[in-house]
Amino acid sequence: MDKRELLSAEHVYKYFDGTPILQDINLKIKSGEVVVIIGPSGCGKSTLLRCLNGLEKIAEGKIELDGDMVDPASKEICRLRERIGMVFQSYELFPHKTILDNITLAPIKVQKRKRTEAEEEALKLLERIGLSAHKDKRPSQLSGGQKQRVAIARALIMHPELLLLDEITAALDPEMVREVLEVVLDLAKEGRTMLIVTHEMAFARAVADRIIFMDEGRIIEEGTPERIFEAPETERLQRFLDNMSF
Amino acid sequence: MGDVITGLGFDVLWKGSNWLRLLGGLLTALEISLFSVLISLAAGSLLGVLMSLNKKAIDIFSKLYLEIIRIMPQMVLLFIVYFGAARAWGLNFSPETASVIVFSLWGTAEMSDLVRGSLQSIPKAQYESSAALGMSTAKTYIYVIIPQMIRRTLPGTINLITRMIKTTSLVMMIGIVEVLKVGQQIIEANRKSSPNAAFGVFATIFLLYFLACWPISCLSRYLEKKAV
Repeated sequence: MDKRELLSAEHVYKYFDGTPILQDINLKIKSGEVVVIIGPSGCGKSTLLRCLNGLEKIAEGKIELDGDMVDPASKEICRLRERIGMVFQSYELFPHKTILDNITLAPIKVQKRKRTEAEEEALKLLERIGLSAHKDKRPSQLSGGQKQRVAIARALIMHPELLLLDEITAALDPEMVREVLEVVLDLAKEGRTMLIVTHEMAFARAVADRIIFMDEGRIIEEGTPERIFEAPETERLQRFLDNMSF
Repeated sequence: MGDVITGLGFDVLWKGSNWLRLLGGLLTALEISLFSVLISLAAGSLLGVLMSLNKKAIDIFSKLYLEIIRIMPQMVLLFIVYFGAARAWGLNFSPETASVIVFSLWGTAEMSDLVRGSLQSIPKAQYESSAALGMSTAKTYIYVIIPQMIRRTLPGTINLITRMIKTTSLVMMIGIVEVLKVGQQIIEANRKSSPNAAFGVFATIFLLYFLACWPISCLSRYLEKKAV
């Protein structure tokens, strides 16, 4: 399969109250590629993710999804976001809806798909993540790991071209991290294009085709997992990796 | 048994059409409540949404409005609108209209604060996760934010409605013959024949208010359970 370029960010800058958060970010993701961003807290990696689907406005630069400009001010932004799935650290399921309705809301209301068809696919997804029995429950009745798996299913049903995962295990108890990461590993095997922000280094290594190390709003290093973990070129990455392990 | 009924002054209720008069008075009170509640819910929700947008001009206006309504006793407000407006600007409202205006002003203020509070308590990330699914702002509000807002405002809204119904007893001060006024008239008229009528009549009015407000409380409990 020809690996075409799916997402590109060029010379992206972003400021909060004059403080630079992202500085000259250049990023290209090919279709089917799994890219993991690592870096210390506050390095701008989550902000970068949020800029990529237009949740944050960028000050300068250009972001394109398959040739279409990502611009939060444009009318097309909703259409674009349908094509970019995002899963958040705090799950953000809709508390007033059942698990099944959480998953089918957007396909029915946004993509105008038939309810029966959307529910059929939702049930398949629930089976895949092992939560079929919980379809009629409310999010409040589920554990964190279960909620996060539902959030992944909710993103998947939209058939996104790109999936953004923003520290999806950071709010979970340690024993629930695995069940969520296994779902993501499974998606990677399937050839999904993903951009993942995580603090789980072993997972990053296992899932990534390419790893990007960010610090202070800049991309410092990028390379294959082996290269990044075994032969860090910069002192900053070296120090970061040292801090991440005991 | 008959002695007890007469002794506690319940006997007056069966004289003439006193029962019907009391129910008629209750109906008047409920009518004023109904119009005021409907206006308050609509206008209050709208103002609450505007207030949650954090626009400076709206904030100043709403703060001033809410403070004035909160500080002012409803009775004073009633007198200002009914007597004051007539003297100052020649605005001659009927007592019923004046009552609906005052209760709507009050209800709108309280309702807007409830809506603002519940909207602001919905995490920003709910808007973002909706947006990330491709929902427009309108869809986000219709399917995600407003249903949650209604759930959060429901207890406070029911409380407000029952308070409004109870506070309509003030409108007799501007000449409306509502249930409490009817009660007083019945007691006055029977002062000689049933000197204990005060207990029976007021106890009955208590019961009538209870019957008017209780179903509303039940409804809210039902809705809350359904919404969870």
